Parts: sequence; structure tokens; C-alpha cells
Amino acid sequence: MSGRVLVGVKRVIDYAVKIRVKPDHSGVVTDGVKHSMNPFCEIAVEEAVKLKEKKLIKEVVAVSCGPQQVQETIRTALAMGADRGIHVEVSGKDYDNMGPLQVSKIMAALAKKEEAQLVILGKQAIDDDCNQTGQMTAALLDWPQGTFASEVTLEGDKVKVVREIDGGLETIKINTPAVVTADLRLNTPRYATLPNIMKAKKKKIANVKPADLGVDMASRVEVLRVDEPPQRQAGMKVETVEDLVGKLKEAGRI
Amino acid sequence: MAGVFHTTLALRTALRYLSPSCTLTSAATARLLPPGSRKLLLPASSVQSGVCSRRLHAGAGGPTPSPAAAPDRLPFSKVTQEDLDFFKKVLPGRTITDPDLLEANNVDWLKSVRGYSEVLLRPQTTEEVSQILRYCNSRNLAVNPQGGNTGLVGGSVPVYDEIILSTALMNNILTFDGVSGILTCQAGCILENLSNYLEERDYIMPLDLGAKGSCQIGGNVATNAGGLRLLRYGSLRGTVLGLEVVLADGQVLDCLATLRKDNTGYDLKQLFIGSEGTLGVITAVSILCPRKPKSVNVVFLGCETFEQLLQTFKLCRGMLGEILSAFEFLDSECMRLLNTHLKLPNPITDCPFYVVIETAGSNPTHDEEKLHNFLEEAMTSSLVTDGTVATEDTKIKALWSMRERVTESLTHDGFTYKYDISLPVERIYQLVTDMREHLGDRAKSVVGYGHVGDGNLHLNITSPAKDPALLAAIEPFVYEWTAGCQGSISAEPCWTPRASSTLIKPCQIIYGD
Repeated sequence: MSGRVLVGVKRVIDYAVKIRVKPDHSGVVTDGVKHSMNPFCEIAVEEAVKLKEKKLIKEVVAVSCGPQQVQETIRTALAMGADRGIHVEVSGKDYDNMGPLQVSKIMAALAKKEEAQLVILGKQAIDDDCNQTGQMTAALLDWPQGTFASEVTLEGDKVKVVREIDGGLETIKINTPAVVTADLRLNTPRYATLPNIMKAKKKKIANVKPADLGVDMASRVEVLRVDEPPQRQAGMKVETVEDLVGKLKEAGRI
Repeated sequence: MAGVFHTTLALRTALRYLSPSCTLTSAATARLLPPGSRKLLLPASSVQSGVCSRRLHAGAGGPTPSPAAAPDRLPFSKVTQEDLDFFKKVLPGRTITDPDLLEANNVDWLKSVRGYSEVLLRPQTTEEVSQILRYCNSRNLAVNPQGGNTGLVGGSVPVYDEIILSTALMNNILTFDGVSGILTCQAGCILENLSNYLEERDYIMPLDLGAKGSCQIGGNVATNAGGLRLLRYGSLRGTVLGLEVVLADGQVLDCLATLRKDNTGYDLKQLFIGSEGTLGVITAVSILCPRKPKSVNVVFLGCETFEQLLQTFKLCRGMLGEILSAFEFLDSECMRLLNTHLKLPNPITDCPFYVVIETAGSNPTHDEEKLHNFLEEAMTSSLVTDGTVATEDTKIKALWSMRERVTESLTHDGFTYKYDISLPVERIYQLVTDMREHLGDRAKSVVGYGHVGDGNLHLNITSPAKDPALLAAIEPFVYEWTAGCQGSISAEPCWTPRASSTLIKPCQIIYGD
């Protein structure tokens, strides 16, 4: 096995920022807004770096798709311990329309090109909440998938994944190469320490275009409109049960 | 320079109802509070000599007098039913006498002192405050103004049965000018709420402290609070532009100017800043707010020695210059408490000293470049052994909490003795080391942290329970040590009444008496 792990990292609007919808309702305001690495992608990077520290894999490659700014996100992954980065250049309209389908095609192509043993992604991005890229990537590669992982153990040429599901926890064993998506409890991402931040500046980030990977970026989805959720209305206090029933009837609820 | 006539005119316009001959007599101020508890600024006649101290709360069984006893209750009137009727007429539904409800206002945040007030008043307007104080003055009733009750030296709660006058309901923002950045608001506005309001408008408050979720701006001004941003934006003496204060006899002093520069008349507001409720009740504040920085970075560093920490500070000042907005330190004992009691993990490897540096600027690229150059220099010259950087909000908050939550972690360690000391910067940590040696095993923990950039140390000592013998070992030692290098024990408004007798000595020496 190549001992190489591919980790996808997405640059998203920072989790703590107050989101504002653009006046033309075509999307949300991103200009001048603080961006950072998707929290689930951080967990994915942390898991990959942990595997390398345990000497179970040899190299961690961080991948991000987008315009020039995503290089910051790749640098953060490098500062956390990834060995090198790949920046897939996507900008303009292509970037605005980029979704899980396009990204999974890119990840699949890169996984084949880099002969990856494992592809680790965050389970979903906090901006679109799609939760599709990992699953689509596995399907395109015809690889097994261990999604919503809260525990990952490499056992020879198999991977044991404990998955967080509605009913509790499910443990599966899948062959490698495989795709794993990270859930919240998989680990606690480390702070990038100064020595590593300094070292990260010297690590390589390769530039690639989707066309080089034979990927068609055309989108099959058209966003019609983006709106804010309705404002929460004030509640009403009533004195008696009869009042309550009366008000509910008035509002047509019963 | 304004002439005498100009001055008198300005004074007359500024002071409503105040006749030129009326001044704040010691009697009037004495009626506000029992003098024993806050005495430095009052004339000697109203000061009780000898060691003045707060009666410390001993535990569930009720307080027992500590060795340093509280001053005797002065002959103020006691609250009668007529008084309550009057209050209820002025503040319907906002005159509280239920002991359960009064509990929170009678005990301080550290649960170290307790008052015995039976009446809590919650006015909503300046007029109501004026009516209350006028009445209390005429009836010789003692009043304890109270804001967020987040003070750490037992200064915010009554000593005996003083009426608590809370500004909690005076929480309206009055005006905000987006061009000048001047905010006017009532004194009961919570600091964090003001910050949130301003942040939506691209500004921030010029001060920030760990207690921001509960402390009120009136209290901040009355105690001349310092905080984490003082290094960058200066103290409240510079940023407060005006105040509206109700004096002890109910007269309203309207110095609520919103002008950035005004040299007419006496700068009366400076008397009230830091007066801790002894000269009047602050009811409104106008304050100059800085623009919200577009780029904020927080760095958490580890240093082997305090000397290296100071060198890092010098380097920081030189290389980060105008974007530096905070430089705080904590020692390894603080980290141990954070790890143990609050389960906060160390972001970096264990080191003897830690530094939190914040930069705030208008251009992220420019700031990051400066920051990276500084960090590279600090690492290559081995001033710093480890560190981490945060640019995202969540990570920034996490790193700041390592410094902001030290106070909280101390409360879990036992009974805390707190000292807020200003010292020459290079001697700051020496006091902690000397205190540790001096106390040996008698204390549970001895920690030092604070605004090293401002030369301000927060020395804290804990013991499993209140220990008079330990206190006796700490107290004259810390004051003498501080006086020895001409420091001050009231760097920020957290000085303890116990210190009063020692404080007077240096002044006497200076003035040759």
C-alpha cells in the first residue's frame, strides 16, 4: 500500500460569523467576511496526522478546491502536520456553482493519481450542510465508505470504523482503499504550534486545474433564491387554560 | 486657557440646581456609605483610623468577626414602613424586600463578604435615582450603589443594612454617533451588550474584561476598571467623555458632554471616575469608542523565564508596534488550575510562563506579515519555546479564555486572597516568587498573572478555607514589598479596605509629615 492519505479541506465562512444574505438574494455575503477551515475538515486533518504519528501511514496530502485564498486553508493543514498540499484552481462562476458532485469528481481523480490508500473528508461542510462529497467520492471510485466516523482503526489492509448513527454506534470493517468521513467526536484538532507554522511555510503546494484531471465543472443545480429564516415572533403569555384554548383556536391551530 | 469668568459660567451651566456655595461635605458623602469601607478620598475626620476591614463571610453558619473587624455601624437611620411605602410609591414593583431575592445582591461574586440589606431598589431613570437619594439624605438612610456586583474585593455589597440601589434596570442605550464613535448610555448597560451593539455598527468598547457578561458600564467607570485592552486604548480617564451623576442629596450633575475636546471649566467627571460610589451615583455615561478592527489575531506563547517574557514584550512592542492591542501573562500554576478545575487543555507544551498577545488592525495581510516576522524572530532567538496562533473567532475565544478564566478557576481551588498590584515591570514576578518562598506550605496555591504590558500583577493565593493565620502571613508582607519598590496596591479598582492604613504611610512620607 502507498501509505498515502488524501485529506480534503474546505474554506468556509467562519463558524462564529453572523451570516448576511446579499440584497439580490443570490447568495450570502462573502466579501471581507472571515473565512476558516471547515471544522469537520480540521478533524479529518487531525485524524490523518495522528495516523502518520502512529507510523501507520507515510504521507498526508491536503487538497482544496477554489480560488487563490484556499491556499491559506491548505497552509493551516500543513501547519497541523500535513506533508504537502494540492490546490485545485477553481474560480469565478465555476467556483460559485461548485458543489459536492464536482468536488467528488476531483477527489476521485486525485485519489487515483496519487494512489491514495485512504481518503478522509469532513462529514459535511458548515456552509451548505450537504453531507454528500464523501459518499459520492466513494461511489465514483467504487471504494467502500465509512461515514460519520467517531473512531478509525487501521488493521492491516482493512479499516475498522465506528459510525455514529441514529440508533447509536455501528462498527464496520471495510477494505482499503476506502473513503472515511469524520464526525465531531472522532478527535479534538490540535492547535498548530509555532515551529510547525514556520515549517509549513516551506512545504510544497502544487497547482492543478480541473481540466488536467479530466473533470467537467458544469453544474446541474441552479440556485434560484436565498432567503433568511423567518424572524422569530414574540410569544404570548396567557392566564388560564381557557385562554390558551381560545388563543389556539383563534390562530387556527386547533 | 479659559479665564476664571469663563470657568464659573461653564460650571453654572453644567451644574443643575447646585448652588455655588454648596460643596460635597464629608457629612453628605458619609451618608452615602459607612466611611469605614471606602475611605481614602474622604477628609480625615470621617475616616475611622486603625485597620479597617470587611467582615469576612465564614461559611454556612453565618459570619463571625474576622481578626480585622469591620467598622462599627454609624448612626444611620433604620428603614421603616413609611420608608418602604415611599419607595414603593416611587418604584412600584421595583422595591424588593424578599430576603431570597436580596441574597444575590447582598453577597459578592467571590462569596467572601455578606451584607444585611433588607431593601433593594431598582430605578429605571435618573429622576427616580434623584428622588431616592434626596429622600434617603433627608432621612439619614445609608445607600449602597450597586452595578453588576462582579467586583472581587468585597466593595460592591453592603456592610450592614444599607439600602442597595441597583442600576440593573437602567440599561438603555441613548445615542450613538457613527462618525465620531461616541456612545451615550445609561449606567446599567452590561458591557457585553454594549460591545454587541457596537460591533454591529463596526465599533467596539474601549475596554474589555473577563466579567463583561455581567458587569455594568456605570460600575466600570465608578471603579476605573482597566481590563485587557488598556494597553491599546488607554484607561477610562481618557475614553469617558462625560457623565451624568446624581449626588448624595439628590441633585443631578449633568456633565454628559459628547464633545471630544472640551476645556471649559473644571473636569468634574474625573472626580467620579474611580470614586467607587462614594461621591455620587453615576446614571449615564458618554464614551469614545474605537473602530472595530478588521483583523484580529491572538498568539499564545510559552517562555522559559520571566526575563525572556519581558524581552518578548520589548520585541513585540518594536515589531508589532501600532497593531499590538493586548499583552497578558499567566504562570504555570495558573495553567495547572485551568487544566484541573476547568478542564481546559494547554494549547501548547508546558512552560513556566505563558503570554497572550493580541493584535488588532485594519488590514489582515499587513498584520499577518508583521505577526509572522515577529514570531519568526521570537522563535529563532529562542525567546519563546513554543506557541500557537489563532485568526478565527472560535480559536481566538479559546485562547483568550486561558487568560480570562483564571479568576474562575481560582474560585474552585479554595478561598482566594486577591491582590492587584502595580509594580515596575521588571520586578513583577519577583513578588510571586518571594511570596511563594515566604508562605511555603501554608498556602495551597500562589499564582501570578495579569497585564504585564501595564505593569499590573494579579497576585492570588488560595487556601482550602479562610485562614486568618495565612492572611496574617500574607498581608503586611505584600504591602511592604510593594511599597519597597514604590509600587501601588490599587493598580485597578480592586484594592482592599484592609490596605488603607498602609496606604496612608507612603503619602505621609512624601508630604513630610
